[in-house]
Amino acid sequence: MAEQSQTVEVDARRLLCPMPVIRLQDAISELTIGDMVKITCTDPGVKSDIPAWCNINKHSLLNIEDQQYEIIITVRKENDD
Amino acid sequence: MTRKAAALISGGLDSLLAAKVIQQQGIHVEGINFFTGFCVEGHTHAIRKKDKAKPKRNNALWVAEQLGIKLHIIDIVEGYKDIVINPKHGYGANLNPCLDCKIFMVQKAHEWIQKKGFDFLITGEVIGQRPMSQRKETMPIISDESGADDLLLRPLCAKNLPPTKAEIEGWVNRDELHGLSGRSRKPQMALAKQFGFEDYAQPAGGCCFLTDENYSVKLQDLWANRGEKKYDLDDIMLLKVGRHIRPEKSYKIIIAREEGENRFLSGYKKQFQSIKTISHAGPLALIEGAELNDEQIQLACAIIARFSKGKNEDSIELTFSRAGGEPQTKHVKPLAAHEIPESWYLV
Repeated sequence: MAEQSQTVEVDARRLLCPMPVIRLQDAISELTIGDMVKITCTDPGVKSDIPAWCNINKHSLLNIEDQQYEIIITVRKENDD
Repeated sequence: MTRKAAALISGGLDSLLAAKVIQQQGIHVEGINFFTGFCVEGHTHAIRKKDKAKPKRNNALWVAEQLGIKLHIIDIVEGYKDIVINPKHGYGANLNPCLDCKIFMVQKAHEWIQKKGFDFLITGEVIGQRPMSQRKETMPIISDESGADDLLLRPLCAKNLPPTKAEIEGWVNRDELHGLSGRSRKPQMALAKQFGFEDYAQPAGGCCFLTDENYSVKLQDLWANRGEKKYDLDDIMLLKVGRHIRPEKSYKIIIAREEGENRFLSGYKKQFQSIKTISHAGPLALIEGAELNDEQIQLACAIIARFSKGKNEDSIELTFSRAGGEPQTKHVKPLAAHEIPESWYLV
């Protein structure tokens, strides 16, 4: 039976870009394909930087939840490259 | 066999073009972007409301998207401290250790390609482009001192330099590389047009806060008043924000200039003493340095009151909080502009 995927939460509040992207990159590198990262950020720059990072590294951007002061982004790992 | 090159991607035009030139020769290229903590990109956009009108993007990621390459963003904040504090080759016009910085980044990139099994390294350097780090004499210094030696190829000015391993081994065709030199941007703009790049980051005198005179003054002040040349990431972030006023050697006041900075500084209230105007609209301020005594608290409150809407009132109410502590109510008469000496302002 296949193992269930896991979701890792990353707190990147108060961090300014590109630090949230670095935190996401580090978290993804520790996971297996199919696992997810849910990252909470306060720098609105992540709304363009994280989709760009996902695009060039071929991971899936599942959701961007834009709250008043926080942005919560969910990414699924798609490869080990 | 497809050869692999790692490109140092700053997000500027030169590194974009250098990577493209090599990609066009059938080489697999991946990008490396280093985060030093002093990068201009992003931070002021994220903090200051007035900059929000400009489109927000990370140019290194954008360049990687244009090239269709992976980008590895590497945090070098810790290792970079020694470069800023003790640059072997000295500083430029401000606290910018450009030559040591370039050597350090090439050294780190060289370590990366060895670990990842890449064949060579490329940068967007152009001879004569920058007065400190991109001169004919500094090119071999960077190659030698970084340890990259002939694995470092500069596609935009390669024809002005001795052939590197990638050229000697025939991995790339030297005839299709370039011989740019000098400060003019016209050849790069022509090359960009040739490749179909119409939108790219415009050079704006460097991508690093250490090239900024005002920022360097504040960093020197920090070192001078702490009695040692050290910093952590919070220090260098806070130097980018607010109006900095130092009434005494033992403490400095960082006063938010607008709502975005207020919000940013509020994230530091657990680590720093803070003051906020209550009776009138006004800024949040952090106190960096020693714990203030009662007299210093009164003075700091009177200074901050000066930057509130109640600056012409006889008395305004503020709160003072120790780091992470409960707010204490204070009443002060705001200082007049002439009562704050010019010498207290860190530009």
